[in-house]
Amino acid sequence: MLIKKPGSVPGSDIPASEITPYEVYLNRRRFMGRMARAAVAAAVTPGALAACDFQGGSAEAAEGLAAGDAAGGGIGGSSGGRAQEDALTPYDDVTQYNNYYEFGTGKADPARNAGSLKTRPWTVTVEGHCERPGEYAIEDILARFPSEERVYRLRCVEAWSMVIPWLGFPLKDLLTWVEPTSRARFVELTTLFDREQMPGVRRPVLDWPYVEGLRMDEAMHPLTLMATGLYGRELPNQNGAPLRLVVPWKYGFKSIKSVVRIRLVEEMPPTSWNKAAPNEYGFYANVNPEVDHPRWSQARERRIGEIRQRPTLMFNGYGEEVASLYTGMDLRRWF
Amino acid sequence: MGLGPLLWVAWQLGAQDLGANPIEAVLHLTGRWALVLLLVGLCVSPLRRLTGWSPIIKIRRTLGLFAFSYASLHLLVYLVVDQGLAWSFIVEDVLKRPFITVGMASFLLLVPLAVTSTRGWMRRLGKRWQLLHRLVYPAAGLAVLHFYWKVKADTFWPLVAAMALGVLLLARVPWRRWVHRESRSSGTR
Repeated sequence: MLIKKPGSVPGSDIPASEITPYEVYLNRRRFMGRMARAAVAAAVTPGALAACDFQGGSAEAAEGLAAGDAAGGGIGGSSGGRAQEDALTPYDDVTQYNNYYEFGTGKADPARNAGSLKTRPWTVTVEGHCERPGEYAIEDILARFPSEERVYRLRCVEAWSMVIPWLGFPLKDLLTWVEPTSRARFVELTTLFDREQMPGVRRPVLDWPYVEGLRMDEAMHPLTLMATGLYGRELPNQNGAPLRLVVPWKYGFKSIKSVVRIRLVEEMPPTSWNKAAPNEYGFYANVNPEVDHPRWSQARERRIGEIRQRPTLMFNGYGEEVASLYTGMDLRRWF
Repeated sequence: MGLGPLLWVAWQLGAQDLGANPIEAVLHLTGRWALVLLLVGLCVSPLRRLTGWSPIIKIRRTLGLFAFSYASLHLLVYLVVDQGLAWSFIVEDVLKRPFITVGMASFLLLVPLAVTSTRGWMRRLGKRWQLLHRLVYPAAGLAVLHFYWKVKADTFWPLVAAMALGVLLLARVPWRRWVHRESRSSGTR
């Protein structure tokens, strides 16, 4: 995999700042211990909880890891007044707490079951309204579009979130290269659908294969990333290897994994979660604390690794970069 | 008797690897055990009738109290750890999120059952004790609904729980009395 590192010496090793810091690992175990003692304390005397220093815990995690922000492309998104740190989520959590229903609906299932996913050979079919449709081998894609590090927040619709140092290239680069025609108004992406490799698809939890889509301007936005790795390494299978989308200002289900097809279409494509529950999951799915999910609030979220919930930010904190895409749009209607 | 299991349960949970989202894991575990123990408790009376072995009724109270312990821990973790005792958010949740409304209702129905689980109360209430403890049926139903409305898309286990509850409730319908009535009426021809 070609990794483009701004400012790094060609041929040098991956810088130390990208390796999961040991303090992160330690902090996680300390956090567990604290959780356990807190649960008991809470059970016996709710007042005791106040004595447990949770803010201290998460600040500790933050200061140990804030260095991660400095690496590579930085976190992007600068909505003013963000009071809390955006520390990197530990590698273990990023890779063992996943929603990838093709490998089971439990959070631990993808890490357990995704070993059966074969990521080589891998072809991405580009079709639809473009000048360069074709079947492209993943090796060619990785060679043509060098990856760089992007640290993004990821906010799941279930109201938990992470901060992940992705490796990837802008979808814009790939789309520009395939030359969309004027009839291409949306981009539709599809995940692999394989009964042999993916035990979860034997159950019709969703209408397989998993399909997602973006409006053309969203797809061409500089933030929209085709991710090829995380934490300086190749994408683990459970995170959507070998190629996945990351759209940081939208709910995580838009960030489709293990892409095998990219189609440029004229009409808004039907997307999997919208088909499953149209009143709960929209096409746009922009992170919006003011529009609740019918069954739960979207005003707050649990950052993985923290105890206290934190307020959810409009567009997941990327409002400065993306709000202009939606001027004049009723975001309650187009949720 | 109530606090003991609570502490034991809390320590158990502390010892497990709860993963990246321990609060969610604890809520899931405590909720699951509360529901399972409630359903197992509902098996006791039908089993007593089937086997004719009366002493089995003694485990019913234990099961019920354990279920209540888990439900209490579930609620406590939600209020204190998940919501950080942020009462405005909690009230909003209870009022606006149906799955939390029914969950809260289910717990509230269990409280008088736990309180009156002692022999003292059985004596004090007499026949009314049996009537009061029928509240376990709506409590269980609401708990299943709470579970069903909570899950995102995979309704497998909530549906299993619903079916189990359905069977356990049907087992309580006085079938024999109806059948007996049927054969009696047809016999008079």
